[in-house]
Amino acid sequence: MATQRTYEVMFIVDAGASEDDITRLNETLQQIITDQGGTVTKQENMGRRQLAYPIGHRTEGHYVLFEVDGSGREIAELERRMRVNDQVVRYITVRVDEDRRRAEKFKAKRARRASKRGGFSGTATRGGGAATGTNASGEGQES
Amino acid sequence: MSSNYEERERGFDRDDDGDGGRGGRGGQGGGRGGGRRMHRRKICRFCIEKVDLIDFKDVKLLQSYIPERGKILPRRISGACATHQRMLSEAIKRARNIALLPYATD
Repeated sequence: MATQRTYEVMFIVDAGASEDDITRLNETLQQIITDQGGTVTKQENMGRRQLAYPIGHRTEGHYVLFEVDGSGREIAELERRMRVNDQVVRYITVRVDEDRRRAEKFKAKRARRASKRGGFSGTATRGGGAATGTNASGEGQES
Repeated sequence: MSSNYEERERGFDRDDDGDGGRGGRGGQGGGRGGGRRMHRRKICRFCIEKVDLIDFKDVKLLQSYIPERGKILPRRISGACATHQRMLSEAIKRARNIALLPYATD
C-alpha cells in the first residue's frame, strides 16, 4: 500500500458532554480509523479548556488529540464522520511525518557535525551561525 | 515594550515621512529619519536553541509572539530568522484555527 503517513488530529468536543460520552466518542472514532486500516498511535485527552473565542456560542470545549498512522483515506473518512457528528465542533488535521523526518535529519546532521569536530560543537556552530545570520539576513536590502 | 511596538506599527501604516524613525530594516540606513532606536542585532532565538519544529500545540511558546492585540509579531521585532518566522507563523495560524489562540482581542 502507500507508505505510512503520520497525522495529528485534534478536535474539540462540546463541553456539555459527560466524560463517558467523550470516551465513547473517542472509541467510536478510533474504531473508524482501525476499520479503514490505520492505527492510532497516540491518544491524548487534553481536558476541558477555555476557548480563545466562542465557537457555536460556547466558550469551553474538551480537547482531544489523536495521532494516526495511515494513508489519507482514513483521515478523509474520519473527517467526514466528525463533520456529521454534532458533538465534535471543530477539528484540525496536520500531517507531521515529513516535518518530523526533516527535524530528525537536521538533528542527525548536527550530531554528526558535532562528533566530527570532536565535541566542540556548541560555540563553534553558534558563532558561525550568528555571524552569517547578521550579514545575510537582508538588513538594509529594503529600498 | 508594547507601546514601542504600537509606535512602530503606526509608522509602518503611514508612508514613511521620516517621522518617529522606525528605523527601516535595521536602522543601518541612517538616512531614514535617524532611527529612533538602534537596531539591536537580534539573533534568532530558535536558531540558538536549535529548534527544528514549532508545534501549534505549544501555546505557551506561541503566546509570547502575539502581544495583546493577538497579532503575529513581525520578524524585525521577534528577531526570528526567516525559516523560523515561517514556522512560527504557520503554527500560530493553526492554533488560531483550533481556538488555542485568539484571532483578535479587543
